[in-house]
Amino acid sequence: MKTFKGRVITPGTVTATALVSHGGLNTLASFQKALQFGDKMATCGDQNNPDLYGKQMCGKALCLPQTIGSTTGGLVLYCACAMKRQPACLLFSNPIDSLALAGAVLADVWLDDVSMPVVDSLGEEFLNYVQDGMQITIKEDGEVIVE
Amino acid sequence: MRLNEQQQAILNGAQGETLAKVMLTLVKYGEAFNADKMVAVTSEYNHLVTSFGLKALTPVYELMDKILEAGACSSQKFSADPRPVDKNVPANFLEKFIFNKFMYSKQDFYEGQLEKLGLLNKDAFTCTCYMNEVGNKPKQGDILSWSESSAVVYANSVLGARCNRNSGIMDLMGSIVGYVPHFGLLTDEGRKATWVIKIETTKKPEAQLLGSAIGMKVMEDVPYVVGLDKWLGTELDDAACTYLKDFGAATASNGAVGLYHIANLTPEAKQLGEALIAEGAKEYVIDDAELQRVYDSYPVIWKNADATPKLCFMGCPHMSLEQLKSWTDKVESALKEYGNSKVVIPTVFTAAPAVLAEFEKTDYAKRLKATGVITSYICPLMYMNNPLCGKKPVITSSNKLRTYTTARYYTDDEILVQITKGGKA
Repeated sequence: MKTFKGRVITPGTVTATALVSHGGLNTLASFQKALQFGDKMATCGDQNNPDLYGKQMCGKALCLPQTIGSTTGGLVLYCACAMKRQPACLLFSNPIDSLALAGAVLADVWLDDVSMPVVDSLGEEFLNYVQDGMQITIKEDGEVIVE
Repeated sequence: MRLNEQQQAILNGAQGETLAKVMLTLVKYGEAFNADKMVAVTSEYNHLVTSFGLKALTPVYELMDKILEAGACSSQKFSADPRPVDKNVPANFLEKFIFNKFMYSKQDFYEGQLEKLGLLNKDAFTCTCYMNEVGNKPKQGDILSWSESSAVVYANSVLGARCNRNSGIMDLMGSIVGYVPHFGLLTDEGRKATWVIKIETTKKPEAQLLGSAIGMKVMEDVPYVVGLDKWLGTELDDAACTYLKDFGAATASNGAVGLYHIANLTPEAKQLGEALIAEGAKEYVIDDAELQRVYDSYPVIWKNADATPKLCFMGCPHMSLEQLKSWTDKVESALKEYGNSKVVIPTVFTAAPAVLAEFEKTDYAKRLKATGVITSYICPLMYMNNPLCGKKPVITSSNKLRTYTTARYYTDDEILVQITKGGKA
């Protein structure tokens, strides 16, 4: 077990199974098929992301450095939240990027019944340590327990 | 973040609950980036990334409705990304059914929303709104609330405007209140390069390949590119701007670049030179071997990697007038060389409606039509979002299209051979 401390972007507590992307998450490429064609488990469609391609993202503790790609990224994440196909939480090793932040803030301000805690700046060591299938617990103060 | 009296009043609800939530969204967005204040949007027009009435984005349209119901429209008119459907583009019966009845069934509804929100005109749909023919071209130093990764990186880098990589919806919200948070690429510090890219190729590097290599390496950082002026010159003429359009789109889609500087060419690099390079900047050398390595790294996800291409898309981002003309010459010449009269793969060149209108006024339009190439205002990316495209071997020289879809990337020269001769390049 190891504990990491990050910055809280969207508060909340949750325990979920880790899904790890060592490269940037291309939000549009990852979510577009799932949102369009009724895949409630949000299977990742990004062919360029070998860590995530073909894996289910909904309900997972998604661990990543940052998001990349199209500036539809924020609204795609917002839609994933509105359609209840979002990850259980987003855990960034880097400071959050503008597109992921937009999605997190839009969901936080405009959706009443959605929870997707977001913590950033967890550091490179976090992403080196965490692996698919590990249990992750987030606390209100940005503490992330990986076991 | 410090808010002025007017901004604070909006946040406090003086102009209604919806506008207060719009301001709250922008404040939260800025605070996460340690923005010190909100600054006024100064560009004449805005640009939105969301142009498609995709059923899956229903939550976005519901949010738009809330904004419209509250009368919270922008005083700033805007262009938007390309339309997703065009009857001129080849599609079989099933594809047409899926486009019109399933995927983009909300297109008319959404375009109605855009008109109410301040769409510039009925044809203001393109990802290259900054083309002279379109007219949404910011001045150096303008503050923007734009989205569309390829347009943002072009506006920042080639035009010297200031814009963060805003997401869809955030683009509209900044324009509605007339302010955006002051951070990142809006600041002098945020525009400094943390990477120096040295170009050491033996020939002019393919724009889309070079952009891809840099994007994947620097991700969201700002690169300062040295040695590209050897190939592009030191003036931002049509050819250089076209190259940088495609280069930038690849940096933004294969990575998350929002601004690049090209030594001796782009405006800030010309004015400030190496003073733009931050202390401790990292270095990345790109030679022929490195470009080949990047090219070879692209996965081919066609079901049959040896399949004969069924469609070719050029123009993601939309082609410039200069590109349409030069490609007309190239296609004509190659067809002659290979003894064909028309392209052997259905080929679509995409460009802004206003650029296509100008192109139609030239002799080139008739010549291109005679080669069998189709012109369209469509967004190739949105076309390829249909599930049937997964089985359709589509080729492109767009690294953006390759990244988001199953389209297979080839260099411009390889594409030319494929569409005029056929077979492998």
